[in-house]
Amino acid sequence: MTYSYYPGCTLSTKGKALDACGRSAAAALGVEMRELDEWQCCGAVYPQAEDEIATKLSAVRALNAAKVRGEKLMTLCSACHHVLKRVNDDMRNSEYIRTRANNYLKLDAPYAGETEVVHYLEVLRDDVGFDAVKKAVRNPLKGRKIAAYYGCLLLRPASVLNFDDPENPTILEDLIRALGAEAVVYGQRNECCGGYMAMEKPEFAAKRAEAVLDSAMQEGAEVIVTACPLCMYNLKKHIGDRKVEVKYFTEVLAEALGEGAGA
Amino acid sequence: MSQQHLNAEEIIRISGVDPKKCMKCGKCSATCPAYDEMEYHPHQFVSMVRKGRIEELMASQSVYLCLSCFACIERCPRNVEPAKLIEAVRLAVVRQQGMSHMKPGDVPGKWDPDLPQQAIVTAMRKYNK
Ligand code: SF4
Ligand code: SF4
Repeated sequence: MTYSYYPGCTLSTKGKALDACGRSAAAALGVEMRELDEWQCCGAVYPQAEDEIATKLSAVRALNAAKVRGEKLMTLCSACHHVLKRVNDDMRNSEYIRTRANNYLKLDAPYAGETEVVHYLEVLRDDVGFDAVKKAVRNPLKGRKIAAYYGCLLLRPASVLNFDDPENPTILEDLIRALGAEAVVYGQRNECCGGYMAMEKPEFAAKRAEAVLDSAMQEGAEVIVTACPLCMYNLKKHIGDRKVEVKYFTEVLAEALGEGAGA
Repeated sequence: MSQQHLNAEEIIRISGVDPKKCMKCGKCSATCPAYDEMEYHPHQFVSMVRKGRIEELMASQSVYLCLSCFACIERCPRNVEPAKLIEAVRLAVVRQQGMSHMKPGDVPGKWDPDLPQQAIVTAMRKYNK
């Protein structure tokens, strides 16, 4: 199984553990992640306005590069996934955006959303299969209580992300169980962590992050896992003296597979 | 403020939202994690744009407090997409000359060595033009 891979800025810097554990776990599962030769920052946020074209071009370049290779485009960071998936949807369904973006880019052949964007978790669920993941576990996480934190960007809007049930997702819990751990389900798992309010109004971000942490802990979480470096930042920043760890899902995956730093 | 005020039609055009679809159920505001921080709530953006009350919205801090969590978009029974209206009103403000809400010079003051690039890029994309 071979995929083009878009790591994004944060995974090359502050979010290295998400990337490094993701790569070693994928290798153990027979998934080849071929990083795009040249990629630019996706912009980190999906520009919602209909007349925003220039801000979508770097995403279109990445999507087109995967098309040229004839591979699915795999993402790992929730924010990059959100941007690439939604811009791809625009390129498929909005003639206004497609025409203008292609007029700017002047690619060898116009891009019209041909690439399939898949998140790492979707590859595990749909292509590898959680049964195969379970079989590859060398170090089952027995007795560990792990809470999945989905946040916003993987799930919503479900009409475009088409990732999981936006109100009752199961993909991360299914993975946690495949790794031999107990999945902790709690109310705030698909509500916002405070996001970029970390920059604008940190005390507001703190309230959101604390609501998520407390909700997970009330249900007995010992570890909270995320796929987003900004969720990671907000949750860790406001952990206070709570007895809970926040990790990337790839860290617990690599640990269970006997790969990477956690082994 | 610049002379060239954007009218409601322009906001509706940029956002792609049709506020007339709203049935005033309030679900968007009920589910909004920024509700307590906001002066005008998501359902009010919808009704005020419909009534053409754009300048009040443009002058409010509320435009900077939407988390883009998309809960209002997912949970609106009428597919109105209130967050897109908030984004369009914010763009109407920050696209004006000299009206960026966050400037590159502001970043060092907000710097924290643990902050991911993603946070800085996001804030600049949202607040600066
Ligand atoms: S997207 Fe913005 S307005 Fe909508 S629920 Fe989230 S914070 Fe509230
Ligand atoms: S949830 Fe939708 S229909 Fe209900 S008040 Fe909000 S915008 Fe209107």
